[in-house]
Amino acid sequence: MTLLFQLLVNGLIVGALYGVVAMSFVLIYKASRIVNFAQGEFLLIGAWTCWWLLTSWQLPFWIGFPITLVFMLAFGVILQIVVLRPMIGEPIISVIMVTIGLSIVFQAAMKWMFGVFAKPFPPIFASPTMNLFGLEVQTVYVMSLLISILIMAGFGWFFKYSRTGLAMRATAFDQQVAQSLGISVRHMFAMSWAISAMVSAVAGVTVGVVNGVSSALSFFGIKVFPAVILGGLDSVIGAVVGGLIVGVLENMAHYLDSQWLNWGNMYEIAPFYVLIAILMIKPYGLFGTKDIERV
Amino acid sequence: MANISIIPSGDFKTSYGTDTTIFPTRTSRNFAILGVVLLLACPAFMDRYWLSLLIQISYLGIAALGLNILVGFTGQISIGHSAFFGFGAFASAWLNNSLGVPVALAIPLAGVVTTMVGLLFGMPAARLKGLYLAIATLAAQYILQDFFARADWFTGGTAGTIAEPLTIFGFAFDTDERYFYVALVAMVVMYILATNLMRTRDGRALVAVRDHYLSAEIMGINLTKYRTMSFGISAFYAGIGGALYAHYLQFVSVEGFTILFSIQFLGMIIIGGLGSIMGTLMGTAFMVFLPEAMQALTKLVSGTAIDTALNLKDNIAFLREMSIGLVIILFLVFEPDGLAHRWKQIKAYWKLYPFSH
Repeated sequence: MTLLFQLLVNGLIVGALYGVVAMSFVLIYKASRIVNFAQGEFLLIGAWTCWWLLTSWQLPFWIGFPITLVFMLAFGVILQIVVLRPMIGEPIISVIMVTIGLSIVFQAAMKWMFGVFAKPFPPIFASPTMNLFGLEVQTVYVMSLLISILIMAGFGWFFKYSRTGLAMRATAFDQQVAQSLGISVRHMFAMSWAISAMVSAVAGVTVGVVNGVSSALSFFGIKVFPAVILGGLDSVIGAVVGGLIVGVLENMAHYLDSQWLNWGNMYEIAPFYVLIAILMIKPYGLFGTKDIERV
Repeated sequence: MANISIIPSGDFKTSYGTDTTIFPTRTSRNFAILGVVLLLACPAFMDRYWLSLLIQISYLGIAALGLNILVGFTGQISIGHSAFFGFGAFASAWLNNSLGVPVALAIPLAGVVTTMVGLLFGMPAARLKGLYLAIATLAAQYILQDFFARADWFTGGTAGTIAEPLTIFGFAFDTDERYFYVALVAMVVMYILATNLMRTRDGRALVAVRDHYLSAEIMGINLTKYRTMSFGISAFYAGIGGALYAHYLQFVSVEGFTILFSIQFLGMIIIGGLGSIMGTLMGTAFMVFLPEAMQALTKLVSGTAIDTALNLKDNIAFLREMSIGLVIILFLVFEPDGLAHRWKQIKAYWKLYPFSH
């Protein structure tokens, strides 16, 4: 039973991270209607940048991490301006393919620069594990859960109260109306990519600290799809809930698998079965807008 | 229209027959036939290496054509094409090894089996469009990849499976020179089939679904039927391509059919031109020659400062991977209509040279 509980906690922690990545995915989708297949590479780039700053430059974490965030902010803006802006108005296939192309380029570039093997982060916390309700939990996990909740709360505040957040929501709702109200849609697009890249980088660093940094990080970008489809493609809350469900679900699948089924690899694959099932039954997800034309 | 080699100015098409003809002039038909005849002579003077590249182009071209029918002609996106390609390869090998079906029969049968699997995953295709289908096929990619690794009875598990060479009446097509003809014939047949499909009512219905699905539906086109059909056709082509691949290499490993391979297929049709049949072949050739070009490039700069700085020798795999992504992005940004469009422009330029205006 302890194992089950441990897996449940693990699922929630990983799920929270999925939720964060899913949120930044949804942010881009809501603002600019672009499905970003390169979301996982944002995690990867963020994690490698931070790792590089911490190991090659021997910077302490509290300096290296903010520099990473600033870098990712700039990176997101530049990416949007250079690659994605010319694609506005192109058919959906082209836009999707551009993000897929980006993901390949980044992945290969990261492998080229940093190698294919996982590299551990320098230790950041004094004690690697801590005791939580009688469970042995890694400090990083607890911190990542806290960070995730913090980011989620931040998103909530940002979109509800801040001027920029409101402007972004307006842009997502109707670009023309937003423009007529004096909102710069171009800025909003660039901003959404910047925030998305930055938040993904936080998730990337967190995962990197736990598992070491390797190209496996970009698989998060693929795992995001079950989460966002489950939650509804254009719902921020849905992304969080979807992420949590997927996180718990894959751990439960792993439990079932290791205890009874022994099929192996269920941890990786179970979310995709769920994805297909959701697409068949409820394609707009739990919280999404039901405006998908079904035929 | 009788004895002329170029189309005169003005539109002289007076019947639907002339509008849907494959070759607009006699010369273009003769050139196409000449091209095939020249290809038939290839094994006589080409070495192994070039032949293997040409064989690659033919089986990949068949699979890519299937994807182009789905993406370019029907406007649906699939990111799981390599999984179907792989399924075709395993299905053909399995039909031959376990059920004793002769290879010549197993290849088309593998296409049929892959169609069934494609339709299974294509069920969302009947209900969803665009983006959602893209995500559904992404799931199909991972599920099928997992299935390959798991199903020992079908794929031989991690060890892979052996595929017997194609044998017709005791004549084994087991060398590159011999297999080249098999691949060429298969490719020509599949391309003619696709070209003719696009001239029929069904083909035009697919294009109508792509261009404006609502209008298409109003005109009496059954959207569900045609979307599912297009998905099935694409899986069929992938299956045939995969089967040809299996019997060419005579060994299928579970590792090859990754998402990167699927993206390569998408790259082929984007580079060649979405919705262009000849473009598919050009794009495939481009994609096959791209890694070779990278190799040549690396050789060219080896020993120079660039080589030592980037350590090209060990990282050639990443360079290739990157070039695939870069080429896709560059084509989408600068030449969204692909090589087929560029080819048309070149032809138009030379047609009236030097008085192009």
